[in-house]
Amino acid sequence: MRKGAVPVSEINDREQTEEEPLRRRKWTGYAGWRRGNRGRRARVRSRCGRNRRRRQKHGIRRRQARAAWFFLAPSLAGVVVFTAVPFVDVVRRSFLDAMGRTRVGLANYAAVCGNTAFRLAASNTVRFLAVCLPLLMLTSFALALLVFRRDGKGNLYKTTLVLPMVIPVAAMVLVWKIVFCQDGLLNELLNWLAGAAQVIKVWDNDWVNSSAAFPILIITYIWKNAGYDLLLWLAGLASISESLYDAARVDGAGAWARLRYITLPGLSGTFGLVLILSVVNSFRVYREAYLLAGSYPDMSIYMIPHLFSHWFLTLDVQNMCTGSMLLVTAALAIAAAAGLARLMFRRLGKSG
Amino acid sequence: MRDLSRKISVTAKRKPLPRAVRARLRLAVCAAVCLLVWLPIILMLAAAFMPEDELLYRYAEPLGAGRETVRAALLPSYPSVKPFLELLFRSPGFYVMFWNSCIQVIPALAGQFLVGAPAAWAFARFSFTGKKPLFFLYVLLMVLPFQVTQVSNYLVLDRLHFLNTHLALILPAVWAAFPVFIMTKSFETIPEALLEAAYLDGAGELRAFLHVGLPSGYPGIVTALLLGFIDNWNALEQPVAFLKEMSLWPLSLYLPNIAQEKAAVAFAAGIVMMMPPVLLYLNGQSELEQGVAASGVKE
Repeated sequence: MRKGAVPVSEINDREQTEEEPLRRRKWTGYAGWRRGNRGRRARVRSRCGRNRRRRQKHGIRRRQARAAWFFLAPSLAGVVVFTAVPFVDVVRRSFLDAMGRTRVGLANYAAVCGNTAFRLAASNTVRFLAVCLPLLMLTSFALALLVFRRDGKGNLYKTTLVLPMVIPVAAMVLVWKIVFCQDGLLNELLNWLAGAAQVIKVWDNDWVNSSAAFPILIITYIWKNAGYDLLLWLAGLASISESLYDAARVDGAGAWARLRYITLPGLSGTFGLVLILSVVNSFRVYREAYLLAGSYPDMSIYMIPHLFSHWFLTLDVQNMCTGSMLLVTAALAIAAAAGLARLMFRRLGKSG
Repeated sequence: MRDLSRKISVTAKRKPLPRAVRARLRLAVCAAVCLLVWLPIILMLAAAFMPEDELLYRYAEPLGAGRETVRAALLPSYPSVKPFLELLFRSPGFYVMFWNSCIQVIPALAGQFLVGAPAAWAFARFSFTGKKPLFFLYVLLMVLPFQVTQVSNYLVLDRLHFLNTHLALILPAVWAAFPVFIMTKSFETIPEALLEAAYLDGAGELRAFLHVGLPSGYPGIVTALLLGFIDNWNALEQPVAFLKEMSLWPLSLYLPNIAQEKAAVAFAAGIVMMMPPVLLYLNGQSELEQGVAASGVKE
């Protein structure tokens, strides 16, 4: 500190600047000093630093909280009109009978849960999600690792891989039919292989209408949607700083070790969002299934949307309402489980 | 640094492949994957330029004209622009369907922007009571498939007498939750300092949103609108559920039927249907990447 300078903490309660010669008050004892400073310290504290920012923020926050409802109003109005209010009606109907008059308690739920078509559709949907989502995320992750470059090149690969998502399903279905129809490219390839291996077998399966429809749906779905997840993974990879990799390289870490100890932990945040957005996209597989195999496809790909469209065509409103309630309950249960898991994870992380 | 790492890697347990080989291998795998993407597209493009007799010779079975071996080709043997002429000049039905698609998609996108952008701004920048449960509700709506709200939507549209009109498809699409989610994530990435500077200059909330928020959140808006366009351009379940008249059908429903009526134009129609989303994507590609990146960053 400069000669003659005064520590800042004391400038507030002294009416002198740094340049004036030092004048000290007569020391009245430690107790007196503490008593005198009590009010002073309180005044200083109320004016400085965090408290000043808090008071300012309070004003802005209040204004924003009021404005928020104006910003939200159009969106909320539509959500209420098109979703919330009719959903209450749906809940009500799921407890009424077919005529919509008498209450039947949980009989509708029992009926739907016991419905074999519903069980088949639900199990197929769960099976599809359980198989397709991990495959999709792994494939897109592998592609992201392949395509990722920090110097901004490799755009051709990115464009190419996202292109399938942009092509309309109705147009692509023609190509899938070319490959998978009874005299299509897949059967031709298998026939050629059988001929080369000198096996007497003629392949003319109608793949789309057999139990092979499930793998076909998965392949076409991954072909179409890997690009979107690829973009998410690339964003996550770009957010990991390069210095970590350089430090690891200097310490002698190989590619596999770098992947395990830097990349994967760094992508843990992206993983959750990729999962959510993949689930959102996964229900659109119905479009491909409908265009490839029609409204009543093979049993292996008969999923919830097929069942609901069947109920819709037969005007089975009661079943549809009950089914909707069951789906929403399932979604809420999964969200609650995920939230609980995250809470426990965090608590374990804190204690550990 | 490079020499050092090479020395260290030599002393490591396994010697990795030399850099040149690794780069070539990577290029080869990338090229193979891209080929997997390009081959079906080239197949479609080639088929779009084939005259009718060649189409029936090659692709009779996928077009539903009887069982015959598929003789696929990546280049047409007799290239001809006839399918496109037939489609664009002699198929009035196609124009009606294309126009239907446009009527159903473009107002929906405009509505999504007008309704969703302010809501996304509120979720991203303001803190108010009930923000977390409300945002959770939006995420839940986003995740639920169309079939869950199908009945509710049908009843509401019936009550409002919008069934069997274009509004039956436009209105539910305007209040979709996915664009709000994407735009929220994008608005969250705007630095607070930018807005504080606006407030210091005397901007109110509305002005800050219009003059600072919208320009800064442009990638997210483009992403939301592009993904919304693709989703609505391909819409299948909604027209089937809410539209009865075939004259109101969009292109996504008409295309599968075109193969039965006029096999010659099936692939050409597919290419024409593909053009708007692909062109929009190529134009908005960098914004799409930024917007998707923003939605993937966890707070």
